[in-house]
Amino acid sequence: MIRNKNLGSRIFDIFNYIFLGFLMLTCFYPLWYTLCVSISNKAAANAGLVTFYPIGFSLVSYKEIIGDKLFFNSFWISIQRTVIGSAFSMFITVLMAYPLSKSKREFKARNIFMWILVFCMLFNGGLIPWYLTMQNYHLINTIWALILGGGVPIFNVILVMNFFRNLPKDLEEAAVVDGAGPWRILFQIFIPCSIPVLATVTLFIGVYHWNEFFNGLVLMNTSDRYPLQTYIQQLVVNIPTGTNLTPEQYKRLSELSNRTLNAAKVFIAMVPMLIVYPFLQKYFVTGIMLGAVKE
Amino acid sequence: MLLPGMIWLFMFSIVPMFGIVMAFENFNPGAGIFHSRWVGLDNFKYMFQLNDSKTVIANTIIIAVGKLVFNLLIPLIFALLLNEVVNLRYKKLIQTVVYLPHFLSWVIMATIVIGIFGYNGVINTFIKTFGGQPKLFMADAGIFRQLLIGTDVWKEFGYNAVIFLAALTSINPNLYEAAAIDGANRWQSMLHITLPALSTTVVLLGVLSLGNVLNAGFDQVYNLYNPLVYSTGDIIDTWVYRLGLQNLQYSLATAAGLFKSVISFILIVISYNLAYRFADYTVF
Repeated sequence: MIRNKNLGSRIFDIFNYIFLGFLMLTCFYPLWYTLCVSISNKAAANAGLVTFYPIGFSLVSYKEIIGDKLFFNSFWISIQRTVIGSAFSMFITVLMAYPLSKSKREFKARNIFMWILVFCMLFNGGLIPWYLTMQNYHLINTIWALILGGGVPIFNVILVMNFFRNLPKDLEEAAVVDGAGPWRILFQIFIPCSIPVLATVTLFIGVYHWNEFFNGLVLMNTSDRYPLQTYIQQLVVNIPTGTNLTPEQYKRLSELSNRTLNAAKVFIAMVPMLIVYPFLQKYFVTGIMLGAVKE
Repeated sequence: MLLPGMIWLFMFSIVPMFGIVMAFENFNPGAGIFHSRWVGLDNFKYMFQLNDSKTVIANTIIIAVGKLVFNLLIPLIFALLLNEVVNLRYKKLIQTVVYLPHFLSWVIMATIVIGIFGYNGVINTFIKTFGGQPKLFMADAGIFRQLLIGTDVWKEFGYNAVIFLAALTSINPNLYEAAAIDGANRWQSMLHITLPALSTTVVLLGVLSLGNVLNAGFDQVYNLYNPLVYSTGDIIDTWVYRLGLQNLQYSLATAAGLFKSVISFILIVISYNLAYRFADYTVF
């Protein structure tokens, strides 16, 4: 590209680079801040003195966590939920996407199913009927409530379906001629050809399960059943939602917490995310594209 | 092959829809859905008489529209600025870092927002260093909406810019060269080449997000609000949660939820139609 290198253009470049660098730092700040608080001296952190660097380095909070059964318990629940939940969702997503990717000629009732799907995606019964349904199934307080409640994000089915549709028809025809049935075609041809989109969708579902706190809050009655995010939510940001709270009380509440310990827990909750992130980044751009701009 | 999915859909998505009848009866958990007293539209009438409902609907729309506008504008500007960065390594580094906040949950982000704006937070530390009085930012109804919109844009701008960045790469570079030969400067080529090329994407995203005008972001509000900011921060979803699961007013909460679902459904259908008409976008 040809660039004019006049003075105005250079000045703009310098400012632009600095400005974007600043934006980048604000996005990095959450991580850095949490880490700083977690390894700071307790008193300094509670007084709010930690801003850009740790004050009075200490690893006490991490040592304290090692003995914290409830924390590891919720960590383990989150891992189970993420692994089983993602596997479950992906299995159903793929099974649904394959028949729906057929044309109306090959699968007559396709459009009826499609309309049901889209309707369920756009409309729901609301929180209370959903909660009572879960209660009727006796799922409250079981990990299955979290796994099944996350369920099958219909938008993912549509993403995978659209990808399947764009695979060359000849592939499938050749397989049929060689005597492959629909299951074999799905598992030995379609799935291996769709790794990028399946990876994207799996990661999205995995991130959802890891980050979700609300189902954990609503569907679990006891704190030893909470997934990690719900555990942290209750610990760090929960403010009683009663009707009487004065600014004074609010101030006192915010002074009560043990900041270094909480920050250490939050930081540990971020770690799995940071480990997956490099893989995630490779795929999610494609993922957004598939969902947003289609050719 | 459709069977497992359809069973799941039936059990967890369609069955709850029947629960909607609760909105039209005086639901008694002991009697169950089939034996509770039918009251017709009374729940809706009662709901709209409550002062809370007006506040909540107004808050929802104001917060959501604010997010809609700024979540479109800021990522667009960011993408345009990033596009001007020639150094590829620097560009890549910025991109990698700005996507990150999107993947952290609101629970985690709320701890940081409170760490910054809370009573013992970073900002108040600065205020104290310069001899000022610390303020309770998180309990100030006057700025809570701005805080919600601002932190949401901060968390999502990198991620939202991805679509614009992708659209930018699909612009033919010859156009810029031709413009440069004709004597256009950077500002002019942005105005006459880049922006027109992005306009469809902007319109499409804007239209699609219209359907979300009643979703002001439960996770964010729930993790940041407190009773002191209900007047400006309480949204339909958080209200339904408190009514239903904390105050156990099942029928009223279902009515409020249904109101939201129906309006949202209509809005989404309209916005998808518009998107199809103006940008040829289809969901499936």
